[in-house]
Amino acid sequence: MRVENARIDDVVVAKVARLARLDLTPDELARMTEQLSGMLEHFRDIDKLDLADVAPMPQPLPLKNVFREDVVVPSLDRDEVLANAPAAEDKRFRVPPTIGFTE
Amino acid sequence: MSNATSAPTNAAALPEGWEMVVGLEVHVELDTATKLFSGSPNRFGDDPNTHIDPVTLGLPGALPVLNRKAVELAIRLGLALNCTVQSCTFHRKNYFYPDLPKAYQISQYDQPLNVDGFLMLPGDVRIGVERAHLEEDTGKSTHFGGSSGRIHGSDYSLVDFNRAGVPLVEIVSRPDIRTSDQARQYVNELRSILVAIGASDAKMEEGSMRVDVNVSVRRPGEPFGTRCEIKNVNSVRAVGRAIDYEARRQIQEIESGGTIRQETRHWDDAEGRTHTLRAKEDADDYRYFLEPDLVLLDPDREWVESIRTSLPVLPAARRAALAALVGIDKESEAAYVLVERGQDDYVAEVVRAGGEAGRAVVYVQQAFAEEGAKPRVPAADISALTVLERDGKVTATQAKTILAEIVLNGGGDAATIAKDKGFEALDTSAVESMVDAAIAAQPDAWAKYCNGEEKAMGALVGAVMKTSQGKADGKVVTAILQARRSK
Amino acid sequence: MSFPTVAQLARDIREGKVTASAVLEEHLKRVDERESEIHAFNLVTAENARAAAVEVDRAVQAGKPLGPLAGVPIALKDNMCTRGIETTCSSKILEGWKPPYDATVVTKLREAGAVIVGKTNLDEFAMGSSTENSAFGPTRNPLDTSRVPGGSSGGSAAAVAAGFAAASLGSDTGGSIRQPAALCGLVGVKPTYGVVSRYGLVAFASSLDQIGPFTHTVEDAALVMESIAGHDPMDSTSLSQPAPSLLSVLDQGVQGMRIGRVVDMPEGSEPDVLERLDAAFAALKERGAAIVDVKLPSLQFGLTAYYLVAPAEASSNLARYDGVRYGMRVDAPDLNAMYAATRSQGFGAEVKRRIMLGTYALSAGYYDAYYGKALKVRRLIADDFAKAYQSCDVVLTPTSPSVAFPFGDKTADPLAMYLCDVFTIPTNLAGHAAMSVPFGTGAHSLPVGVQVLAPALGEATMFRVAAELERAR
Repeated sequence: MRVENARIDDVVVAKVARLARLDLTPDELARMTEQLSGMLEHFRDIDKLDLADVAPMPQPLPLKNVFREDVVVPSLDRDEVLANAPAAEDKRFRVPPTIGFTE
Repeated sequence: MSNATSAPTNAAALPEGWEMVVGLEVHVELDTATKLFSGSPNRFGDDPNTHIDPVTLGLPGALPVLNRKAVELAIRLGLALNCTVQSCTFHRKNYFYPDLPKAYQISQYDQPLNVDGFLMLPGDVRIGVERAHLEEDTGKSTHFGGSSGRIHGSDYSLVDFNRAGVPLVEIVSRPDIRTSDQARQYVNELRSILVAIGASDAKMEEGSMRVDVNVSVRRPGEPFGTRCEIKNVNSVRAVGRAIDYEARRQIQEIESGGTIRQETRHWDDAEGRTHTLRAKEDADDYRYFLEPDLVLLDPDREWVESIRTSLPVLPAARRAALAALVGIDKESEAAYVLVERGQDDYVAEVVRAGGEAGRAVVYVQQAFAEEGAKPRVPAADISALTVLERDGKVTATQAKTILAEIVLNGGGDAATIAKDKGFEALDTSAVESMVDAAIAAQPDAWAKYCNGEEKAMGALVGAVMKTSQGKADGKVVTAILQARRSK
Repeated sequence: MSFPTVAQLARDIREGKVTASAVLEEHLKRVDERESEIHAFNLVTAENARAAAVEVDRAVQAGKPLGPLAGVPIALKDNMCTRGIETTCSSKILEGWKPPYDATVVTKLREAGAVIVGKTNLDEFAMGSSTENSAFGPTRNPLDTSRVPGGSSGGSAAAVAAGFAAASLGSDTGGSIRQPAALCGLVGVKPTYGVVSRYGLVAFASSLDQIGPFTHTVEDAALVMESIAGHDPMDSTSLSQPAPSLLSVLDQGVQGMRIGRVVDMPEGSEPDVLERLDAAFAALKERGAAIVDVKLPSLQFGLTAYYLVAPAEASSNLARYDGVRYGMRVDAPDLNAMYAATRSQGFGAEVKRRIMLGTYALSAGYYDAYYGKALKVRRLIADDFAKAYQSCDVVLTPTSPSVAFPFGDKTADPLAMYLCDVFTIPTNLAGHAAMSVPFGTGAHSLPVGVQVLAPALGEATMFRVAAELERAR
C-alpha cells in the first residue's frame, strides 16, 4: 500500500497528538507538521522496493516458548512504591476524574 | 440456575418479523497462583496494592515473562470448547487509562491461541466460539465524588493494581445466539465447563467472569444489522434482560425511522435499560503491533495432547451419560442439577448398588441440595431405600421421611427406620379390599368417577387413606381405581 | 593521557598492590577536576561507591573470593534502574524517580564486585546522537570540549574518556554505544540482541535495545562483557546461552579470516574516516586476513526502516509516563488534561517528535504504509547480511561518518542528526553484534572508530578481529 501524499497536514498531526496525549501549541503544531512531513518525504525511499513476498521482521531472533513457573515472588513494598507516586491516598494512587459519560 | 429445557422462560417474543443477533464476549480470570507476566499473587479481595511488582506497575525497565500455568489453563479451556490450539503471538493494545499501568494491554490479536470452537446448548443448538485468547487484566479504579458514585461528575479516582496483570482468557462467540434464553444458557454452560476443568471459578459476582453482550437486529434473511456492545452486565439474569431490552430498543429505533449507531452502551440494572457510554471524544485507535518483549508461543503437540487427555468428562457428556444410565432426558432439569452439583457419579453409585434409577434421581436431587459431589451418606443406604419404595414396602410419602432421617444422620438402614417409625406400606391385596370398600360406601362418587369426573376420585382416595391410617400408597390407590373403572 | 584499564586495576586490587578505596579516590579526584566542565554525570554516587570499595578491601584483607571486577570503578548510563538511586533517563518526567529495583546488569556488576561511581548523562530517553537532547544539559567531549561526545550514551563515553571510571555501560538502539565510543576514542560494544539482559533498562525500542560496555581496550570490553552477559529469566528475549567466552580468543589473530568490505556502502563519510577504514583493511590483510567484497544493497534503506520501527516502539514504551504512578505530574482538572500537560511539559522536543512519528506510523490506515513496510525492509537487511556472511566472517565499516562535531552543528535539522547512525543502525535491525574500535585519528586530531560487524552470536569472531586491529593501531 502506498500512501499517495506523504506530506501530512496539521489536522492529522493534531489527531496524532491527541492519541499520544501531547498538547501542542499552534506554533509547535506547525513546526511538528513541517518536520514530520519532511521526514516522511525522506522515508518514501522504501516505496520503490518490491516487498510483496517479504515477511515482516518484528523481532530479530526466532525465539519461542519462554515461560516462568507459576510460583509466587515477594511483592514490592507498597510504601516504597507509593512514596514515588505523584499523588496517593488510602493505599492507592490518586488521579483526577475521567470525563463523564452522557445519558 | 440451570439450562434445562423445562426451565420457564420469561422472555416475550420480539415484534413480528424481527430477529435478534447476539454474540457474547466473556472474560474469565484464570485460576493461577500468580499473574500472567509476573510473579505477584493472583488473589481476590486483598489489601490494595499489595500484589505489585515492576511489571504489574509498568515501571520503567520492567519486562513481561509468560506464566506457563496460565497457558496450560488457556489450552485446557480451548480444548474444552472444541477449539483448535495453534501457534500464536501477543500484541500490544495501546490506550490511556489509569488502571492500565503500561498504557497498553498485552493481548492477542490476529494469531490467538484457540480458534474455531463451539459450545452446545439444549436442543442441539450449536454456538460457535470464534476464539479464546490470553490477555492481562487491568487494575481497578474506584471513583469518588459525584452523587451516584459513577464516573460522571466525580472528583477523583483511586487506583488499585492488585488485579492488574491477572491472567484472563477472552472467549468470543460467533453471533449465533438468537434469543436471550440462549444467551443465558451459553453463559451457564460456559461457567459449568470452566469450573469442571478447573480453569476458573467463573463467579460473575466476584468479577472472575465478565460478560459483554453484542446485540443487533434484522429481518430474517437480511444481512446483519449494526451492533451495539453492552457493558456492565453483571449477572446471568442481567444478560437476559439487557439483551431483551436492547433488541427492542433497536427495533423501535429502526421502526420509527432512525438508524442504529455502532457504539458501546452501559446496562443499568436498576432502571432496566441501556445508556450511551461516551467516555472519550474520539474513538480509540489501538495501534496494535506485535509485542516485542515476548516471543512466539508454539505449544508442542505432545503438551496439547497431554492436556487433552487430562481433561475431565465435560458437563454435556456427563449429563448424557447420566441420562443414559437412569433413563431421563439429558436436557432435563434433573440432569443439569445433578451434574452441576457433581452428584451424577453418586447417583451412578446408588444404581450400581442395586438402587432403582428413577427414584435415585429424585432422592439425590431432593436430599443433597446443599451438598457437594460426595454426599456423606453411603450410596448403599440410598439404594436400599429406593428398593423399599419400589417394592411397595413404604409409600412415597413415607420414603421421603425416611430419606430425611438418613440424611440427618449421615446414613442409616431404611428398613429399620421404617420399622421404627411403624411405616409399612400395605400390600396390594389389602389396598384393593379398602378400595372396594370405599367404592361400596360412596356409590355416588364412584358413579361420577366412572362418568369421567376425575375430581370425584378424591373422595374415594381420601376414604382409603383414612381407613389405612396413611399406610396406603396414594399412587397405588389411584392405579387400582383406574383399573376398576376401565373394567 | 592514559588511564588504568579494568584488567590492570582488577589485577592490582586482587593482588593487594593497591586498595579499591585508593583507586576510587583517584577516579573521584578526576571527577572533581573536570566534571563541572564535562558534565558526564547526572549523579555521582560517591558515598555508595566508597562503601562498596571498603567492602572489596575487607574481602581482599580477609582472603575471601573476589568477583572478576572487584574494586573497578564503573559508571552506568542513567537509563538503567538502580534501586533507591535516582534514575532519570535525562528527562524531566523522571526527575527524582528512585526505582524500587535494580536492573539485572546492575545486580551482575555488583556481584562481580564492581564499584558504581554514578549515573551518566544521555540524550533524553536515549533518543539522539550527541547528548544535546538531555534535559539536564549536554555532555562535552573530554578530548575537545567544544564538541559533542556522541550519543545517546555520551555521558558514559565521556566518563571513561576522562578517566572518571575505568569502564561504563551504555545502551545501543541505533548506535548509541558505538558512535560515542568512536567519537571519544574508546572501544564500544553492542552485543547480539538477547546476549545481555534488558530487564531494568528503561525501554526505548524493545526489539533494538541492548546494553554494552565502553572501555579503553578490547580486553577490558571482553572482561566486562563476560560479567554482564548471559541468560536472564526476567527477560523473555534473553538468549539461553551463557555469557560468551571472549578473553580466550583475543590472541588468536586473523590469519585465514575473511573480512568483508561493503562495496555499496552508503555515502556521506568524511575522507579522514574513509582513510582510516582503508588503513584498517590494509592492516588486517597484512596480518593474514583476506579482504572480500560484499554487497548489502538494502543498507541504504536502514535509516528509513529504523526511523519508523524505533519511534513506533518508543511511542508505546513511553506511553507509561502519564503522571499516574511515578515521575512528574502536572495537575489538571481531568485525567486527559493531566496526561497531556504532564507529557507535554515533561518530554523534550526530540522525544515528542519521535512519539508523534511512531504514533502516526502505527495508526489506523497508516500501519501498512509505514510500520508494516519498515518491518519488511528490516527483513531485507537481515537477509543481505545473511548472504554476506556466507562469504566472510566479519564486515568492516566506519562507525560514524565523521569525527566528533561541534555543538549545534546538527541540531537544526533532525534528519541531519539521524544520518550519524547510518552505519550502526543496520546491526540493531538485524539483531547482530558490532563493536567500534579506535583506529587512529582524523580531522583535528580527533579519534576515528572502525566498526567490526559479526553475525548473531559472533562475539568471539568479532573480538578476535577487534583485538588484532587494536594491536595494529
